[in-house]
Amino acid sequence: MSHHIIELKDVEYVYPDQTAALNGISCRILHGEAVALVGANGAGKSTLLSHLAGIFVPSKGTIRVGDYPVNKQTLPHVRRSVGMVFQNADDQLFMPTVFDDVAFGPLNLGLPPEEVEKRVMEALEIVGAASLIHRPPYKLSGGQKRAVSIATVLSMLPDVLIMDEPSAGLDPLARRKLINLLKSFKHTRIIATHDLDLALDVCERTIVLAEGKILADGPTVQIFNDESLLAKSSLEKPLRMQGFPT
Amino acid sequence: MNKIEHRWLELRHFDELAAQDSLIHQLHPGVKVVTTLLFIVMVASFSKYELVGLFPMFIYPAFLIGLGNIPVAILLKRVLLTLPFVLFIGIFNPFLDQATYAYIGSFAVSGGLISFISILLRFTLSVSATLLLVATTSMDAIGLALSKLRVPRIIVIQILFMYRYIYVLIEEVMKTIRAHSLRAPYRNGVGFKVWGSLVGLLLLRTLDRAQRIYQAMMCRGFDGQVRIMRSWKIRTGDIAFLVVWTVFFVLVRLVNIPHWLGRMLLGGFS
Ligand SMILES: Nc1ncnc2c1ncn2[C@@H]1O[C@H](COP(=O)(O)OP(=O)(O)O)[C@@H](O)[C@H]1O
Ligand SMILES: [Mg+2]
Repeated sequence: MSHHIIELKDVEYVYPDQTAALNGISCRILHGEAVALVGANGAGKSTLLSHLAGIFVPSKGTIRVGDYPVNKQTLPHVRRSVGMVFQNADDQLFMPTVFDDVAFGPLNLGLPPEEVEKRVMEALEIVGAASLIHRPPYKLSGGQKRAVSIATVLSMLPDVLIMDEPSAGLDPLARRKLINLLKSFKHTRIIATHDLDLALDVCERTIVLAEGKILADGPTVQIFNDESLLAKSSLEKPLRMQGFPT
Repeated sequence: MNKIEHRWLELRHFDELAAQDSLIHQLHPGVKVVTTLLFIVMVASFSKYELVGLFPMFIYPAFLIGLGNIPVAILLKRVLLTLPFVLFIGIFNPFLDQATYAYIGSFAVSGGLISFISILLRFTLSVSATLLLVATTSMDAIGLALSKLRVPRIIVIQILFMYRYIYVLIEEVMKTIRAHSLRAPYRNGVGFKVWGSLVGLLLLRTLDRAQRIYQAMMCRGFDGQVRIMRSWKIRTGDIAFLVVWTVFFVLVRLVNIPHWLGRMLLGGFS
């Protein structure tokens, strides 16, 4: 699947209440790339991710995910190849047990039970949550919930992983584990985050959004060294690049 | 943790019981759904003043509790939680129907009192049976069974979603109340004036959250069809369960067994 390219052309999106959330976004993301999506609150990160995950269809402009232009007919295909990890893990975990939650996607793909079980085990192994398999998700810690939400998506074997603020609300250890996990993936990754350290560690490329437009797009290190750009988009340089001995 | 949150966790606990693997849990979900429906219909069809004849019906929930490994205390709490509704339905009977129905010693018992108690009994039976169905069968399996029973798909999906969103709603209620009590720590409960805006906010938040959950389901390929891991084949045990209980319900309904037993023990067929 070396042709798995994501391409946006002049994408605009207006919410039903007339809020213009995206105002002409164009970019290309190549297979296997890890891209950080940064920007102030309300910049349009979540809205953009929803488009890539096949939840929203653009009001104007076009999006291609792999072989498909995103439109109402192709949404099922898009959803199959893109895995979205939601900002709030509680939205993603709605079944009575971890197993059921991770099996939900594979079952919807119509896989036979043995295959479903295999995929559930594998996905939980990858995120280090195999021991939680019979637990009810609402009783897990924040870090465990995050790990399981990632597993629910991995079990569908997506080509592209999309995550909305994955490190928000995690303690330092859980956050470190998450960063290492994300680094180990070979998928195309698009990660919306306020955690610039995470961006620096995981993503070689960063896109800066402001008011529904792309303000900058380039190598992460370069972007984070541009003080005026960071100030303009209400971001703060990662601690470790501020020249303090951290 | 406040009281509501505590209740809530208990309620979820009830849901988790369905993940066990007892003899009852292994039964075909369709068989359990049909048996439960039949049970409720039979219980409801007893005459308005029936008391004693209802007692053998308790054997069915007792059987499920025993073989299904269901903690009785938790079940009773759930039943009690729904009791206010019946009280509301039946509480006026003793006042409306004052005709003497029977004498206990020299104490005249009105028909209204009898029918009130009868409603309580029937309600307890039906609610227990429904709760036991939920505690021994996952909601998705019940959904699957319903669709196998030719219940229209749209209704099945409605039921499944409603079930899921009840949780969402309660969780949002909890969060809202917690946020309120943190900011108004010296107040006990929510003041009348704040209620209006709280409820509005709650509704919006619940709708929002329900929508996000729906999106999360869509992203994982949900297309309205219920698919579950286990496939059930009807086995002899399932058929036996259905047949034996059906015969039992009909028998209890047609023959007043306690009455008959009593007469037999007293030796007289007068
Ligand atoms: N459901 C919605 N209805 C209307 N406007 C929305 C909705 N969700 C987000 N918005 C608006 O769209 C803009 C972009 O929001 P969002 O994509 O959530 O930003 P971010 O994720 O970067 O914080 C904001 O102005 C926000 O207020
Ligand atoms: Mg967001």
